[in-house]
Amino acid sequence: MTLLITLFAAIITTVLWYNRKDDSMRLGVLCFLFWGASIMWFVDAIFEYAELKAEYFTPALSDMINDTYLGLSVVALALIIWLVRLLIADPKGSVRAALKREKG
Amino acid sequence: MACFVVPAVEAVVVSAVDKCMRKKEIATSTSETSVSENLAVVPFRQKIKWLTRMLWGGCVLLAFEHLWHGEIVPWFPFLTAMSDPGETTEMLREMATVGVTMAALITVVWLVMCKVADVIAKRPAPNDLQNPVN
Repeated sequence: MTLLITLFAAIITTVLWYNRKDDSMRLGVLCFLFWGASIMWFVDAIFEYAELKAEYFTPALSDMINDTYLGLSVVALALIIWLVRLLIADPKGSVRAALKREKG
Repeated sequence: MACFVVPAVEAVVVSAVDKCMRKKEIATSTSETSVSENLAVVPFRQKIKWLTRMLWGGCVLLAFEHLWHGEIVPWFPFLTAMSDPGETTEMLREMATVGVTMAALITVVWLVMCKVADVIAKRPAPNDLQNPVN
């Protein structure tokens, strides 16, 4: 479930990146975050499948809920990392402008 | 258990290479850099950045998963598997199998990305195809 949620996040982010007007939102960083994690969890899933075989596809409900909760938390963490980086880099100068306005 | 440690080590090495390349780039004259960058379709430093971001991104999110499952703790030795010799062996085995495969697959995906990016960059832009210059 975590792999699926991260994979969907990666696909959606990549589509948004492709349709971007300019690079001011730095969506590339978010794409790499999600794709990197998706590839790593994919490898983890392959090894788990090799161990559990068909049982891998029929997880217990409690495990599924836990994995879904984890997947959503992972997406939230990635979005926070991206947002912090975006605000620090401030490519549009919005933060700087807001700070100047407050100062003045 | 600690499979993300292997890609994390690769991320540190690749980041160090990136830093060295940046220092070299600053040290050499700007004209030399522009000539070498013109030779490659997509500059190698740009490609290295892709690998660094994929590795660090994956490692951070996987480290969070391990924290979630209680496999990482904020105190020494940080990895719960380190406290028991039996579990340590299992952890090392997992690092050698799952961890190495993770690092290898990320690198393979990156190599394919680099090749595809070069091919796409060499292709004429869609506007050029619609209005070919006579």
